[in-house]
Amino acid sequence: MTQVQTYAGLDPARTDFYRQLLHRMLLIRRFEEKAGEAYALGQIGGFCHLYIGQEAVAVGAMAALRDDDYVTSSYREHGHALARGVSARAVMAELFGKATGCSKGKGGSMHLFDAERNFLGGHGIVGGQIPIAAGAAFAIKYRGGDQVSLCFFGEAAVNIGSFHETLNMASLWDLPAIFLVENNRYGMGTALERASAIDDIPARGASYGMAAEVVDGMDVLATYDAMQRAVERGRSQKLPTLLDVNTYRFVGHSMSDASHGTYRTLEEVEENKKNDPIGGLCGRLLDEQLLSHKDIEGIDTEAIAEVEDAVAFAESSPDPDPEELYTDIYYD
Amino acid sequence: MPILTYRDALTEALREEMERDPDVFLMGEEVAEYDGAYKVSRGLLDTFGDKRVVDTPITELGFAGLGVGAAMAGLRPIIEFMTFNFALLAIDQIVNNAAKISYMSGGQFRVPIVFRGPSGGALQLAGQHSQTFDSWYANVPGLKVVAPATPADAKGLLKTSIRDNNPVIFLEGEMLYNTKGEVPDGEHLVPLGKADVKREGSDVTIVCYAKSVAPALKAADTLQREAGISCEVIDIRTIRPLDTDTLIDSVRKTNRGVIVEEGWPYSGIGAQLVDTIQREAFDELDAPLLRVTGADVPMPYNKKLERAAKPNPQKVIDAVKQVTYTA
Ligand SMILES: Cc1ncc(C[n+]2csc(CCOP(=O)(O)OP(=O)(O)O)c2C)c(N)n1
Ligand SMILES: [Mg+2]
Repeated sequence: MTQVQTYAGLDPARTDFYRQLLHRMLLIRRFEEKAGEAYALGQIGGFCHLYIGQEAVAVGAMAALRDDDYVTSSYREHGHALARGVSARAVMAELFGKATGCSKGKGGSMHLFDAERNFLGGHGIVGGQIPIAAGAAFAIKYRGGDQVSLCFFGEAAVNIGSFHETLNMASLWDLPAIFLVENNRYGMGTALERASAIDDIPARGASYGMAAEVVDGMDVLATYDAMQRAVERGRSQKLPTLLDVNTYRFVGHSMSDASHGTYRTLEEVEENKKNDPIGGLCGRLLDEQLLSHKDIEGIDTEAIAEVEDAVAFAESSPDPDPEELYTDIYYD
Repeated sequence: MPILTYRDALTEALREEMERDPDVFLMGEEVAEYDGAYKVSRGLLDTFGDKRVVDTPITELGFAGLGVGAAMAGLRPIIEFMTFNFALLAIDQIVNNAAKISYMSGGQFRVPIVFRGPSGGALQLAGQHSQTFDSWYANVPGLKVVAPATPADAKGLLKTSIRDNNPVIFLEGEMLYNTKGEVPDGEHLVPLGKADVKREGSDVTIVCYAKSVAPALKAADTLQREAGISCEVIDIRTIRPLDTDTLIDSVRKTNRGVIVEEGWPYSGIGAQLVDTIQREAFDELDAPLLRVTGADVPMPYNKKLERAAKPNPQKVIDAVKQVTYTA
């Protein structure tokens, strides 16, 4: 296995692929900005956790998957759903609680699901989705398939029992699962090193005999590369991988939380914003003259239009029928 | 009809359903090489191999959640808890995931999974190994809760539960495994949500399920013989969904009811049944509904104290005499 931690040169032949990555990241950024506005206007309720700053993780990781792979995530999953190909309309409508949302308005921001895309949901209990992802990997192996099951969760989840129980089972049983730690350094206001006796996450993998890698999650191509290695390990060797993907959230934990002031300083946030994953990819594409400023503006305009359209769709969509209160409790 | 133990009836159900559907697998602690802590999975490893009969680490939360994910991906897991006392470690996966995913996903995902294992009071196992959590699960929309009393029902209900497309909590009576009874030959399925009138009668309705059925029947016998009181004994079999019709029809006939359950009284299953009956048949009641339950205490170790803590025929007889004003 080659130990590529950051991506060196860009390949001109893959410009379309880079353009797609950039489009997905911009779509998520614009989507989340709009979601923040809609929340302030009261159009979105409840808990709402934005993904601004972390876009490269979802986009880079998802680009390494096939349609028949499985994806499971936490409550901070707008970006994962979008990167997986759930339409901005369906996600925004879900945030608005509308019947046209990807969970029919019954899940909301924290519970986006899409069966068609094997998107096994956003989950609100920290770590609760980790065994579920292993279950999908178990089903893959049971059927003799070559898919993988990718699970996103925050770094704070590495201290919860389900993480340890699942890593042990996945390694013991050689399940094709990828445990992707989105290490944005904080669980709400608690820095990893204030909560973890061992803050070296790959060491956690080692304690279960699981391959692990540290990844620069602000670099979409580095994330993509690391994911490809993990996917390969899952598909051909049927082995799990633990990825410690370093990233940073530019906004507060949720809508009620200021982005800085208590547990982290404004300087820290500003310093990290200089390492914007979207700016980073744009810079490289410009440097290597694969895209022009105008191209990038065009992609951004497209993303903004898609989000505007999603908001209009969500606004004009109906609420769920009152009868929906009592449907789907049981599956007939 | 062949006579089987409750345990063997369950094993037959597992075997038949695993033969019928290759997506069904059994997972839990000691289910494979050890044949099950209570030997319910005896012989299954030999027939189906370790792909389908899977020994797990002691990791209740983990394998319960793994089962939920496998069910979402199309398999039909049967998750055995060595006893339901240990399922407390998995209750997050059961309540927050298994029970919620169909609803939260707007009906896109189903979770066809059975969580099964011994439940209820045992003998001198004291506070942590002799508990009844039926009402905890029955409280949760999205779960079905089944608790068979006889070998025939154990087999028929387990087979139906495995075929159900929803999470089913299947509570086996830890003290019932060795009890024997007739089990119909061939394909035997018992629908969920259908009570069974175990004994017909006209004066008092005794509602019970699982381990409380035996003391209820014994009490009914004695009452008929010694006091000429005719009791109708209804085994609800499925706690959720509840067969309200059979219950109410009976109470309309007898105008009196006693509810027997092993669990604690506070917020128990009986409290729910009392609510249902008084709403549906208020005008037909000639006496307050009474409940016979486990005592409102942690289960004691001492044999005499333990006996005092559990429902028994005499407690049922006393309650029936009270509601018939013959005490
Ligand atoms: C079991 C559990 N405990 C507490 C919470 C409340 N809570 C929600 S998010 C969160 C922090 C999680 O941080 P991390 O896993 O790093 O994810 P991030 O929010 O950074 O994406 C906490 C404590 C919860 N949802 N679940
Ligand atoms: Mg975090």
